[in-house]
Amino acid sequence: MNDDILILGIESSCDETAASVTRNGREVLSNIISSQIPLHTLYGGVVPEIASRKHVEKIVPVIREALSAAEVTLQDIDAVAVTYGPGLVGALLVGVSAAKGLAYAAKKPLVAVHHIEGHVAANYLEHPDLEPPFGCLVVSGGHTHLVEVMDYGKFSIIGRTRDDAAGEAFDKVARAIGLGYPGGPKIDKKAKEGDSSAISFPKASVDGAFYDFSFSGLKSAVLNYLNHAKMQGQEVNDADLAASFQKAVVDVLTEKSAALIRERGYKKFAIAGGVASNSSLRMSMQEACGRLGAKFYSPSPIYCTDNAAMIACAGYYEYLGGARAELNLNAVPNVKLGER
Amino acid sequence: MLILGIESASLTASAALLSDDTLIAEYTTNFKKTHSETLLPMIDEIFRMTGKDVSELSAVAVSQGPGSFTGLRIGASLAKGLALPSDLPIIPVPTIDAIAYGAFGADAVICPLMDARRMEVYSGLYSFDGERFIVHEGACARPLPEQIAAAEALAEKLGKPVLYLGDGLPVFIDEIRRLMRCPSLFAPAHTRCQRGGAVAALGAKLYSEGVFESCLTFQPLYLRKSQAEQERERKGL
Repeated sequence: MNDDILILGIESSCDETAASVTRNGREVLSNIISSQIPLHTLYGGVVPEIASRKHVEKIVPVIREALSAAEVTLQDIDAVAVTYGPGLVGALLVGVSAAKGLAYAAKKPLVAVHHIEGHVAANYLEHPDLEPPFGCLVVSGGHTHLVEVMDYGKFSIIGRTRDDAAGEAFDKVARAIGLGYPGGPKIDKKAKEGDSSAISFPKASVDGAFYDFSFSGLKSAVLNYLNHAKMQGQEVNDADLAASFQKAVVDVLTEKSAALIRERGYKKFAIAGGVASNSSLRMSMQEACGRLGAKFYSPSPIYCTDNAAMIACAGYYEYLGGARAELNLNAVPNVKLGER
Repeated sequence: MLILGIESASLTASAALLSDDTLIAEYTTNFKKTHSETLLPMIDEIFRMTGKDVSELSAVAVSQGPGSFTGLRIGASLAKGLALPSDLPIIPVPTIDAIAYGAFGADAVICPLMDARRMEVYSGLYSFDGERFIVHEGACARPLPEQIAAAEALAEKLGKPVLYLGDGLPVFIDEIRRLMRCPSLFAPAHTRCQRGGAVAALGAKLYSEGVFESCLTFQPLYLRKSQAEQERERKGL
């Protein structure tokens, strides 16, 4: 008979409503993402109430499309995996509530997945050879973590941001120079036209905690630079500023990742999260890993952004490990990595 | 015909099973705990208690709103998930209507009150003509004094007292007493708050009149736009 395990993944933690079906964790049969970016662009960032309402509208169409694109029915599904945190609580609740109702009515096991665990698992989707242990840099709009992936679903956090996430700094700087939302891809593009050595921004570090990050100082330095130039009546070259800011972020991310690879002697290192699709970061990390003799892994951009294939993949390993969510599963907006 | 009624529009979380014309189970809690944690365990409990199975459901009736945006979304999303595997009909039951329907037979102008914050109430005006349920004014959001005036104007016209109920009643009762100018009644605790049973019963009535949607089309009735949209409109954008 058929020993394949099919997981239906559901993700609604921020501004993408997503559903996916994976076979045996790593084979993506469908990956449906309904993005709300155009809706939130009007407001210069994600509006939680608008995001939550859109999720309610899209959740069923997206799930149905994921099933039909995978050419399976709910009956074929072995378990439902859903993101329960971290994220926007109102947004998370839509996916969690729908997944609970669905799993209950279809009599399928439900698995709760940590969003960051999902981002890390995105690397498994296209790299059959990647297995724990390995080091991983998780960078997104809400997270900046250096972690050691000890086993599937088992993490040790080595460093984290003390204030803004890297992606948050991208969004804020993009807004300040009028590029708008979402900041990451827009700065990436603008930076290609600029000189990254034009402006020297401070490299943020945290006293006494080498592997921690701080991006609010860098963000303030950029805003101060803009204010100062404005008061002096000087014109700012946006491309140079974008390139210099991006370099400051990429340098600090790469430097700390490289130090960790050296210290722990990792043979494998991965990046994950929305900012992992930044072209400059990918290049810089690829180069650093090559120099240190570690194999570099990164997901395709489609799996860097919030998606449900990564949730289904992480959910698969949770499912194999026997994890099952109860009927009272709640959304946990600030759940830490490695906590349950 | 087995209908599951779900109520999560405000502080009350309630689930009920209506088998044909019999309310076979109802489970209501009315204290602060997230509906996300309570609602599905309550539904599971009433299925187990009655020996019924979720696969026997004919439709899901949901308290559609207005109410707490988050509460409405929990109920709506849960209902959509429950309805999806068998593509069950979802019956949209206006929350205010369901509260009023719970006062069946009252010889009064029925004025449900929910706290809508920002100095407003979610309310509406209803009455019964014998068994006939009359919606004089469906769900609205307005300041309490305006709603009292509207209720009293209708009460004078119909020659009936006003019956106030809803989970906003404890919040507003003092102000109503101060402002009221015609005979007014205040519902006691057990008939005051939202009930899954009323949602299921009114849902069955609506379903028989052909009012139902699918898990694809059903949406909560927010009555208000998001704060961000309101501000944008105020700025004329």
